[in-house]
Amino acid sequence: MTLTPTRQAILPDRLTNSTLTSFLRSVPSVDEVAVAERVASLSTRSIKRESKAHALRMAISMMDLTTLEGMDTPGKVIQMSSKAVRPDPTDPSIPSVAAVCVYPAMVPYARQAVEGTGVKVASVATYFPSGQVDIGLKVEETRQVVEAGADEIDMVINRGAFLSGDYFRVFDEIVRVKEACGDAHLKVILETGELQTLDNVRRASVLAMAAGADFIKTSTGKVSPAATLPATLVMLEAIRDFWAATGVKVGMKPAGGIRTAKDAIRYLVVLNETLGEEWMSPDWFRIGASSLLNDVLMQIRWLETGRYQSADYFTKD
Amino acid sequence: MSRVDVRKTYKLYIGGEFPRSESGRSYPALDARGRVVARVAQASRKDLRDAVRHARNAQASWAARSGYNRGQILYRVAEMIEDRFETFVSQVQVTDPDRRRARREVTEAIDTIVWYAGWADKFAQIYGNLNPVAGPFFNISAPEPTGVVGIVAPQDSALLGLVSRLSAVLVSGNTAVVIASESRPMPAVTLAEVLATSDVPPGVVNILTGHTDELIPWLADHMDVNAIDAAGATPEQRRRIQEGAVHNVKRVVLDGEFGDRSPYVIAAFTETKTVWHPKGL
Repeated sequence: MTLTPTRQAILPDRLTNSTLTSFLRSVPSVDEVAVAERVASLSTRSIKRESKAHALRMAISMMDLTTLEGMDTPGKVIQMSSKAVRPDPTDPSIPSVAAVCVYPAMVPYARQAVEGTGVKVASVATYFPSGQVDIGLKVEETRQVVEAGADEIDMVINRGAFLSGDYFRVFDEIVRVKEACGDAHLKVILETGELQTLDNVRRASVLAMAAGADFIKTSTGKVSPAATLPATLVMLEAIRDFWAATGVKVGMKPAGGIRTAKDAIRYLVVLNETLGEEWMSPDWFRIGASSLLNDVLMQIRWLETGRYQSADYFTKD
Repeated sequence: MSRVDVRKTYKLYIGGEFPRSESGRSYPALDARGRVVARVAQASRKDLRDAVRHARNAQASWAARSGYNRGQILYRVAEMIEDRFETFVSQVQVTDPDRRRARREVTEAIDTIVWYAGWADKFAQIYGNLNPVAGPFFNISAPEPTGVVGIVAPQDSALLGLVSRLSAVLVSGNTAVVIASESRPMPAVTLAEVLATSDVPPGVVNILTGHTDELIPWLADHMDVNAIDAAGATPEQRRRIQEGAVHNVKRVVLDGEFGDRSPYVIAAFTETKTVWHPKGL
């Protein structure tokens, strides 16, 4: 197992399940009421018109435009990719999104569609969304997806192992998938909706970051609740403390259930208040979404025209 | 010790709920002699936006119901108004004290809803057609609902005017955002309470009380409103509605020239879809 020395600094010297367990128990526990209060107060903050216009464009540039459906076809992926490059064909000033996120079989089509545009290709791997297979298969799938041209890998953690207390297995799987990624960025999906408590969200965040995650991500989008502001705040605070302890910056990606421009702006506010301006870039923050993009485009058009908009006048992706 | 009356709060009706205006504002409703009888919610542009959003979300499933079912639901609305007959009479009397006239207006309103309810599964037979064409094709036209309809309710006939315009819009499967009579808002709010208890799905009808002049530009400019019934608008307001309508080519129906009951009002808020189907293959 290869570990990054700087990340390793926070871990116990000898890694076994029992040393990892006592290390994770020492992670500060989360005050759920305080988190809810903090999030609620940040959510009601009023944003001035110019700041909103700026935030909406920023949200687009941070978006991982996603389609993860059984009915995905090459045609749909190519269509979505062209929307990712030029979200609003009538307004070239709208930035491209950060990445398109697709299933492994769709990676070659997405790769071809965004080649040379600066938009990255992300793919889920490790038998998304359940991750319920042997680690050998997960590593193999990760290699194949990277070879097919993915710049970023979104893996799922082994929630079954995590909830039964087998932290070492969770850790080990992340390390091995990270190895298989090579140069590709690794985003680790915690699936916070299945972790039951915010304490677990915090522990899983620390575990993933120590194991080598470039990003930690809330959800697959296949489980309800998906991304929530409280879970996101807890993860952002874990990132902040990890940064303070090791000097390593880790990115954050809330995903799933973020459908309105208003929601997206709330996430940006929480990000700015927790990690500050350094993280306010697509290199360190992503929003995983599918229907969000149209709502943001409609809000931008509304700010520009003063007329409330209709979905009829925006392309379906 | 004398008892303090428990007075009703006159609120908006949006998405099946009764919120106050998000702006927190209200305005006085006056009786025939100019005395304040209640304070009603004064809707803002954001309330209108929310109302349109709910109307849009409710439209497809309302249109997908059978005409027969929509007719049943409208009939249920009539039943519930009948049940609150005296409440409606007293609220009509607030601005029009003549009791006989008020009773006549409420009776007429109930009968008008029943009349439109009957059309729900029949109007398509009148406006649909098998068109003769010069080729081996069936050419069939059928009316479909226009979508989300804004209704500027008649100012004077607060109950009858409102229910006759509203029924005609709902029958074919449209959903509605109503700007109630500004000077006579009380029957509209009570009608909302009737609608909420008559199996009308949430969002199919949304009723806003407030200043018509303030709300009309937002309604007229809204890209997600497909048609506007301007029955209760002043000439100035009608011009504003027509100006706003150009952005998404809204259908604008300028006056109630067909009266309180007419299948032509139903037709005004439908679009004709025509399909060609080859014969003999």
